[in-house]
Amino acid sequence: MITGLLFILFAGMAIGCAISVVVQRNPLYGAISLIGVFIALAALYLTLAAPFIAAVQVIVYAGAIMVLVVFVIMLLNVEEEVNRPLRLRALVPIGIVLAALLAGEAAFILYFVGASVSETINAAASNVGSTSSIGTGLFTEYLLPFEVTSALILMAIVGAMSLARRDRMATPTAAITGGDSTPGALAAPINLRIAGEGANAEFSTEAVGRAMAQEAIRKLDAKKQRVEEE
Amino acid sequence: MIPLSWYLALSAVLFTIGVVGVIIKRNAIAMFMCIELMLNAVNLTFVAFSSYFNDVTGQLFVFIVMTVAAAEAAVGLGIIITVFRNRESIDVDDASVLKF
Repeated sequence: MITGLLFILFAGMAIGCAISVVVQRNPLYGAISLIGVFIALAALYLTLAAPFIAAVQVIVYAGAIMVLVVFVIMLLNVEEEVNRPLRLRALVPIGIVLAALLAGEAAFILYFVGASVSETINAAASNVGSTSSIGTGLFTEYLLPFEVTSALILMAIVGAMSLARRDRMATPTAAITGGDSTPGALAAPINLRIAGEGANAEFSTEAVGRAMAQEAIRKLDAKKQRVEEE
Repeated sequence: MIPLSWYLALSAVLFTIGVVGVIIKRNAIAMFMCIELMLNAVNLTFVAFSSYFNDVTGQLFVFIVMTVAAAEAAVGLGIIITVFRNRESIDVDDASVLKF
């Protein structure tokens, strides 16, 4: 009885938060709703006697992955979605028909096929969800997938770094114009190229130094001029 | 004890919401979050079957799915940042150069 109530509570929370993820126009609100879904699913894992997976769900999903997503949302300063005219409007009725067909199939399976399968096979007092049983399975029978996973993570690290890296020209420019928000800051790469003697010249420390010096002299001149004007 | 079909129905509903989100959303990060939602719906199915059949394999698969999701998050967000840097927008309709 109490498990039934818990299931209904957390299932409702999961579905409500999931709908909120889709409906919200601001991605940050969507991310917060998604955390709600993850928490609700972690609670459902607990009702399924899987405490380890529940803990990992909270730590990895609600913790690490969502922090990454929220960080990117903040970093990119994403504005709210704008309503755009729908392309391929003719496909909307076809989509509705297909969705109804799919819902009908799912209902058929749940009500007619599902009823013939004996449910509640669950034997009480097993240690299936415990950390030790998961660790044993992971390091004996499923050792190869586990190791392949580590290779996958390594590739993901390298891929993420090489994707998000700026190209080599950008970093010294940022150093030169750091803190300078005037439109003149945009001209700095051009100065840099001139200083490097040839636009395609290999980027050297000497060129950066010369460009920085020129930039400093230019700023100093501008300041002197301003003082004189006053 | 709750029947297994309840969990499967909840999982199907969550997965469907995720699919609908991927289809109707135009914001790359929102689409990304809907994909995470679909992965979680599948995880719920795995854990439900694992618990009802008394077999730990399903939970091991959930563990591996979570790892893949983490890797996907890192690479996917890297791609989104690169697209934003080039186009000043993460609307997927703006990144359509490869589309006929």
